[in-house]
Amino acid sequence: MTLSSPADGRLLRRDPTVATAGVGLLADSLAAQAVPVTRLDWRPPTADSTDALNRVLADPRRAEANRTAVNRVLSSTAQLVNVRPAAEALGLKPGQFLHAGPPITWERASGPMRGALVGAMLFEGLADTPEEAEKRLAAGNAELEPCHHLGAVGPMAGIVSPSMWVFELEDTAHGTRAWCSLNEGLGKVLRYGAFGPEVIERLRWMSAVLGPLLGSAVRGHGPVDIRAIIAQMLQMGDEGHNRNRAGTLMLLRELTADIIESGAPSKDAADAFRFIGGNDHFFLNLVMPACKLALDAARGVPGSTMVVAMARNGTDFGIQVSGTGDRWFTGPAKVPDGLYLGSYGPADANPDIGDSAITETAGLGGFAMAAAPAIVRFVGGRVDDALDATRRMYGISLAENTAYAVPVLDYRGTPTGIDVTRVVRTGVLPQINTGIAGRVAGTGQVGAGLVTPPEECFTAALAALARKAPAFP
Amino acid sequence: MTSALELRRGTYRDSVTLMQVSRAVGAAEGVDSAFIAMATELNLGLLAGMGFEVPDGAGPNDMVVAIRAADGEALRRAGQHLDEALAAAAAPAAAGGACPGPVPRTADAAPGATLALISVAGPYVFAEAMGALEAGLDVMVFSDNVPVAHEILLKDRARERGLMVMGPDCGTAVIGGAGLGFANAVRPGRVGIVAASGTGSQQLMCLLHAGGAGVSHCVGVGGRDLSEAVGARSTLQALELLDDDPATDLIVVVSKPPSPAVAQKVAQYAAGLSTPVLLALLGRGQDDLTLSAAKALAALGEDRPDEWPSWIPDRPRSARRGALRGLYCGGTLCDEAMVIAADTLGPIASNIPLEPGWSLPADLRADGHYMIDFGDDGLTAGRPHPMIDPGLRLERLAEVLADPATGAVLLDVVLGHGAHPDPAAGLAEVIRAAGPEAPPVVVSLCGTDQDSQGLDAQARTLVSARAEVHLSNASAARRAVSLTKDQPS
Repeated sequence: MTLSSPADGRLLRRDPTVATAGVGLLADSLAAQAVPVTRLDWRPPTADSTDALNRVLADPRRAEANRTAVNRVLSSTAQLVNVRPAAEALGLKPGQFLHAGPPITWERASGPMRGALVGAMLFEGLADTPEEAEKRLAAGNAELEPCHHLGAVGPMAGIVSPSMWVFELEDTAHGTRAWCSLNEGLGKVLRYGAFGPEVIERLRWMSAVLGPLLGSAVRGHGPVDIRAIIAQMLQMGDEGHNRNRAGTLMLLRELTADIIESGAPSKDAADAFRFIGGNDHFFLNLVMPACKLALDAARGVPGSTMVVAMARNGTDFGIQVSGTGDRWFTGPAKVPDGLYLGSYGPADANPDIGDSAITETAGLGGFAMAAAPAIVRFVGGRVDDALDATRRMYGISLAENTAYAVPVLDYRGTPTGIDVTRVVRTGVLPQINTGIAGRVAGTGQVGAGLVTPPEECFTAALAALARKAPAFP
Repeated sequence: MTSALELRRGTYRDSVTLMQVSRAVGAAEGVDSAFIAMATELNLGLLAGMGFEVPDGAGPNDMVVAIRAADGEALRRAGQHLDEALAAAAAPAAAGGACPGPVPRTADAAPGATLALISVAGPYVFAEAMGALEAGLDVMVFSDNVPVAHEILLKDRARERGLMVMGPDCGTAVIGGAGLGFANAVRPGRVGIVAASGTGSQQLMCLLHAGGAGVSHCVGVGGRDLSEAVGARSTLQALELLDDDPATDLIVVVSKPPSPAVAQKVAQYAAGLSTPVLLALLGRGQDDLTLSAAKALAALGEDRPDEWPSWIPDRPRSARRGALRGLYCGGTLCDEAMVIAADTLGPIASNIPLEPGWSLPADLRADGHYMIDFGDDGLTAGRPHPMIDPGLRLERLAEVLADPATGAVLLDVVLGHGAHPDPAAGLAEVIRAAGPEAPPVVVSLCGTDQDSQGLDAQARTLVSARAEVHLSNASAARRAVSLTKDQPS
């Protein structure tokens, strides 16, 4: 008979501090004996997930696989090394477009996704009018591919076309790269589905002036440590998804001298400063690829239940999980709950859209809400709600981030690495902070707020993990 | 008569809370019936049985509220009672304001927790227990209806981590002086108990306490641990822990009738330990718990009491012709009483029969001797354990007392943590109401003078209804048999 060594047996060596799940009476009885007790807010998982949950939880590979996945996320780096055209960086050919979220066809695409594609056709000179662009897109004359499939991420519609310039980031620990477009600002912008002349004109300026200017500045500066800026922005009221004000200013501070020394005309440099300084979200497009690098490092660990991507295309919400390869698990995207610009209201809102939920997947955005209590005011919340949002996310996360800390939570690391099993067990869905696009193509942004993924993404992922797990007795 | 049906989506409360809420609402003036429950398949069946239409798309995360009342005014009042009862149930009863933020949903998120006490429905146990083990917590599973394969896997995973899974179907444990589940308040002492039986270990602890001894720990292992399939996984682990525990000088293993091969394995393992081990494995021809307690006291060098405490009324009810009827809450106590009774009376019919041929029919009624375990799974589906909610047994007691075929009635009353605050009162009321011609009642009272219900006070309440009370279940069973056996039934 071989048993564990008695030294391992802790049961009789520690005074019990009890957590109770189920009958309240049993907790009452402990409290009456002055035994420390926490009554868990337990609730049953959805009925049809119980077997899959048991099988995945019994998978002997899981714990180690998740440790591996978490370690990869935490050990990743994110250096901004270049800014260059998507044609060059991603090998995009004319007529090829990247988009946010899981795969989508023109037929199923929502208003803002269609609007952004129309704008990109106009910008690339593949159509002269929106009507023509729409016709060509409907006829299948464009090739659509998710950003995620090429190591890229794009906010909102996430359209990347060959002539757009992209940030290029490198994870030196894992030897990988990730890309993201340059942020256009708020309001009438392509990523929110607007395609008017001012949108196209701005895109042209970004490709002609801003992109080249930033490219030479970054190359002159040398690699910019984006993770270091993210760590600091969390101490300054940003959460890296809906608030990027401090991050944007820190990036600007980092690159100012190099922009000036790039030799560009001072008018161009001044325009670039005005543009970046006037766009609180400029740094979002650097947080996103930094998160993408961290999560890509954790892909493909057999048995791992960690979510490596959450992304929305305006129609479907999709997630990818480390242990199930590149497969998407999708469900209908929900309409965010939030505040609306001007006279817009919920009826004008498109369902959730964009790859920016990569920030939550990596432990930022909604998961770091406690660092940016201003965000909860979008939904009429109080500061406590922001703290609670982050605290709630610890319950579905595998780890606490070693680089990103929240001052008000006593510098506790942000909850990082969403665990599919915990989401299904607890019924707690990831908290996502997001912008809201108008549902009609061409509208642009109508608001900002909070949203969660549909539960079925997680139950479907769990079922797939269960099929890959050893048989359960 | 008017009625209301409401579905509260995404509102979860545990079943015991909702049964208490249902009772509170049902008791309101003018309310005919109230059923507040999670919309599980079982509960939806009950709802349909009450004549309510089952709401579309109702699932186990949704709360169903069904109320039937005399008029609209009564219905409104019932709604008020409902809100009050739900609010009262949700109010935090534990102190600990230093823990702001959302209430944790999983044991690993509970601050400082070392042990998870799980009493959720059987199919959900594995996930919660596994999560707790991974976070380094020991686990006690109070729930039954957990597949045996889950039990084996959990116990193996626990052992790999140097942790312990007590249960499933573990009603009783005492760890470091903390009574978990149903447990009596006993003085600390030198006896370590390994318990594959909840009420069996409670009886043993109460007798040891009455004999002046005390308990170091009582490690529950679950009712199935000594089965062929589980193979004493937790029992061996618990033996090892207690052997290593400096406070424990004697170990007693208590179990319902075990698999003989597994019993042998346990005996072999126990023989190799440095601490003496007494096996109290129930069965026909084996020592009863009272004898085991006496042996334990002797092994400790304590004086064994000449007689175990009993409380006898001045004018006991006289014996009469008829059959023995046992109505138990504790399964092991019921088993023990049946073993004793069968020696003299022959076959005892039961819902937990000693022999397969002795089963009670589904309506739990028979002409001859029988004993019912009201704590058995079959009788606790959809309602709390009879040690918490005595209602069903009280109804049956009234019926048995009024039955001219009843010769004597044997009952157990279990005190301690988790049990009803005053179980004797309800029983005494029913016994008294049965009148002077009712058959004699013998009570096995499992408790200590440190239990919050008060051992002596409970005994006196029962005696005042002219019931005989014994601390030893074996003594109570023998007494009831003697009141029966002289009377050919």
